[in-house]
Amino acid sequence: MSDPILSVRDLAIAYRTGRKESVTAVSGVDLDLYEGQSLALVGESGCGKTTLGLGLLRLLPGLGEITSGSLTYRLKDGGRADLLKMKKEQLRRFRWNEAAMVFQGAMNAFNPVIRIGDHFADTLRDHSDGRRWTKAAVEARAGELLETVRLDPDRVLQSYPHELSGGMKQRALIALAIALDPQVLVLDEPTTALDLLTQRSIVQQLHELRKKFGFTMVFITHDLGLAAELADRVATMYAGRVIETGSARDIFHGPKHPYTAGLINAVMPVKGERPALESIPGYPPSLKAMPEGCAFNPRCAFASDECRRSRVELELLTERPLAMDHAVACRHHDQVRFQRKQKENANV
Amino acid sequence: MSDRTAAAAPLLKLRGLEQVFDTKKGPVAAVGGVDLEVRAGKVLCLVGESGCGKTTTARAAAGITRPTAGAVEFRGKPLADMTAGERTAYRRAVQYIHQDPYAALNPTRTVASTLTAGLKRHGLVKNRAEARAKAAELLRLVDLTPPESYLDSYPHQLSGGQRQRVNVARSLAMDPELLICDESTSMLDVSIRVSLLNTLGRLRDDLDVGFLFITHDLAVAKYFAWDGEIAVMYLGKVVEHGPTPEVIGNPQHPYTKALIGAVCEPDPDLARANQAAEQLRSAEIPSLTDLPAGCAFHPRCPAYEPGLCDAAEPALERTGAGGRRVACHVVARGRRTDDRTLTLDAVPGSRRPAPTGAADDPNQTTGAAWSA
Ligand SMILES: Nc1ncnc2c1ncn2[C@@H]1O[C@H](COP(=O)(O)OP(=O)(O)OP(=O)(O)O)[C@@H](O)[C@H]1O
Ligand SMILES: Nc1ncnc2c1ncn2[C@@H]1O[C@H](COP(=O)(O)OP(=O)(O)O)[C@@H](O)[C@H]1O
Ligand code: SF4
Ligand code: SF4
Ligand SMILES: [Mg+2]
Ligand SMILES: [Mg+2]
Repeated sequence: MSDPILSVRDLAIAYRTGRKESVTAVSGVDLDLYEGQSLALVGESGCGKTTLGLGLLRLLPGLGEITSGSLTYRLKDGGRADLLKMKKEQLRRFRWNEAAMVFQGAMNAFNPVIRIGDHFADTLRDHSDGRRWTKAAVEARAGELLETVRLDPDRVLQSYPHELSGGMKQRALIALAIALDPQVLVLDEPTTALDLLTQRSIVQQLHELRKKFGFTMVFITHDLGLAAELADRVATMYAGRVIETGSARDIFHGPKHPYTAGLINAVMPVKGERPALESIPGYPPSLKAMPEGCAFNPRCAFASDECRRSRVELELLTERPLAMDHAVACRHHDQVRFQRKQKENANV
Repeated sequence: MSDRTAAAAPLLKLRGLEQVFDTKKGPVAAVGGVDLEVRAGKVLCLVGESGCGKTTTARAAAGITRPTAGAVEFRGKPLADMTAGERTAYRRAVQYIHQDPYAALNPTRTVASTLTAGLKRHGLVKNRAEARAKAAELLRLVDLTPPESYLDSYPHQLSGGQRQRVNVARSLAMDPELLICDESTSMLDVSIRVSLLNTLGRLRDDLDVGFLFITHDLAVAKYFAWDGEIAVMYLGKVVEHGPTPEVIGNPQHPYTKALIGAVCEPDPDLARANQAAEQLRSAEIPSLTDLPAGCAFHPRCPAYEPGLCDAAEPALERTGAGGRRVACHVVARGRRTDDRTLTLDAVPGSRRPAPTGAADDPNQTTGAAWSA
């Protein structure tokens, strides 16, 4: 297998909260992604998913900053580049062309006074060097993309954002994000706040887009059902760290971190039986008051005195490389026994 | 149970509830004739896609808006006929919990002040110390302990889940008999959601609070309303209604089937199977100002039959045993075929339970918890 398309090493991201104060929102993240893989970042809110996602493209807001680590991409021309070493102009070229982002709450991301068609024109013109985008070329490209997400280009290109439903806006935004054919697409909560049937149609379209354009996908969600549906690989985050990563089957059939197992157990199944409600006690810690040792220890049924003193790094459970492996950061992972409670119900 | 006849009568009854809004594009029937009931200690869940009229129904039920037709009855008394005193009692007995906990709490008030404002307004506490003690008790009811660490907080200092709980605690200050919860568990993390549902479940089971519970989340509906009922709304109408285990486990209406089929379970193997599931003919919901002829679901329905479904609107009719009602021509046709073979079925002809006689035999009415 060739090199990963994206390699993250020891990434840390902090937000400045005062003149001399800052909080670390993400730390020690190692991730590898092969071309064409789709990775889900899961975890409760506040655990750093959005921060990491923005960091992957160096799109952090003013107060956020990558404080250490490296972010290596394999570019379209085959070369490799550390995003953290790129100058402003290189970054501008990198974004949209090499990697693009669909932001959280993106339904409100369109400028309300600009027609959808002009959003496409602006994006295509601002981000491609050396190519002139005539009106006809913009319309052809936008039309092709919108049709792929099952929108009617004639209607949608002329529309203002408020004239579209939430689901239509989300689909238009995904189409816009891939307008310059990026290799990597990061989507933050792409279906949250959408109706169930709209979610389903977005999921279906993402499957189709990946088949057609073959991009690598990182998507952020707190919906484990969505992760199971769309991801080849899953990374669980807790308190700013990736604490488990593996294939979707590794994670959903045999989670090894007590937190991942807890998240899966807390999902209430709609189909089939109605097992007792389970929950993870307590709340994720505040960034300003991180517990000593393993950050999960106050909520963990397996915590030992050692856990309260020190933390362990992500450990590979097999000999496979990181982008294929199941890895976990828990010193008692061999005690975690996961029993899938839910039975399939053919009737529904 | 028989000594609790009063409890068996519905707390809340919606009769032919209609809410038509005048808009620039013409009249919009956000709710087009809804008949439902909620009983003490029971849950009625309203589910359906955004814009189908759940909140509009809930606001009318809470007396926040006046319906354009039909009636809201509380303990058998229509809201429109209530005296001023009865209305005040109703306002206390029925509490509305807002969709968005971020918008619902006043950012300039502390938790203690938010929780006691209503008590003070109704003269239910004598002094500051009593108010504070009552506020602390409410926080304990919703598992915000120790209360002292929350009483003087402002909303921005609380997490989404904590705000949600403060919001619930505030509605409990009035010792309500009926809680109308609008999406009160959406956008929460799984673990927080489970514990909030447990809290609400205690109110239902221990304090006999009835719930009109609105959610997009079928899992929440399944869990919270398991002993109650689900009503599925589509474009202002109830299209399927019945006991929760039946609606979830054996949906009849094609729309309910699509909703349940669309759920992603946290298992990649099930997800793969899901991808092959039957697809809707269209992803878009029609506009209320331009409703399709006949069955409003027909442009999206996988079971659509031209000539049948686009000709007339299907009525919400009882189907089979167990108190299920479904509004679908194809389901109705199937039932008629069944009726011919099952000659013992004595349902037709007496489909409307007598409104007052209902209280005489609670066992008989639990299966038929609606009003025609
Ligand atoms: N005051 C109003 N004026 C005009 N139309 C309204 C008004 N309030 C609601 N509507 C319309 O009535 C319909 C039902 O709205 P409602 O808020 O009840 O939906 P909902 O089922 O609660 O949706 P959601 O799941 O998004 O909360 C929508 O089409 C909405 O736009
Ligand atoms: N602009 C900011 N300034 C300070 N802290 C922030 C900022 N944005 C996010 N955070 C903090 O960083 C942590 C991770 O947030 P986020 O990445 O948004 O998490 P998630 O997407 O997993 O919900 C949270 O504790 C959040 O409060
Ligand atoms: S390291 Fe210890 S506290 Fe942390 S998850 Fe594992 S068992 Fe629990
Ligand atoms: S009446 Fe026809 S279109 Fe409507 S739900 Fe039934 S089968 Fe579908
Ligand atoms: Mg986020
Ligand atoms: Mg609503």
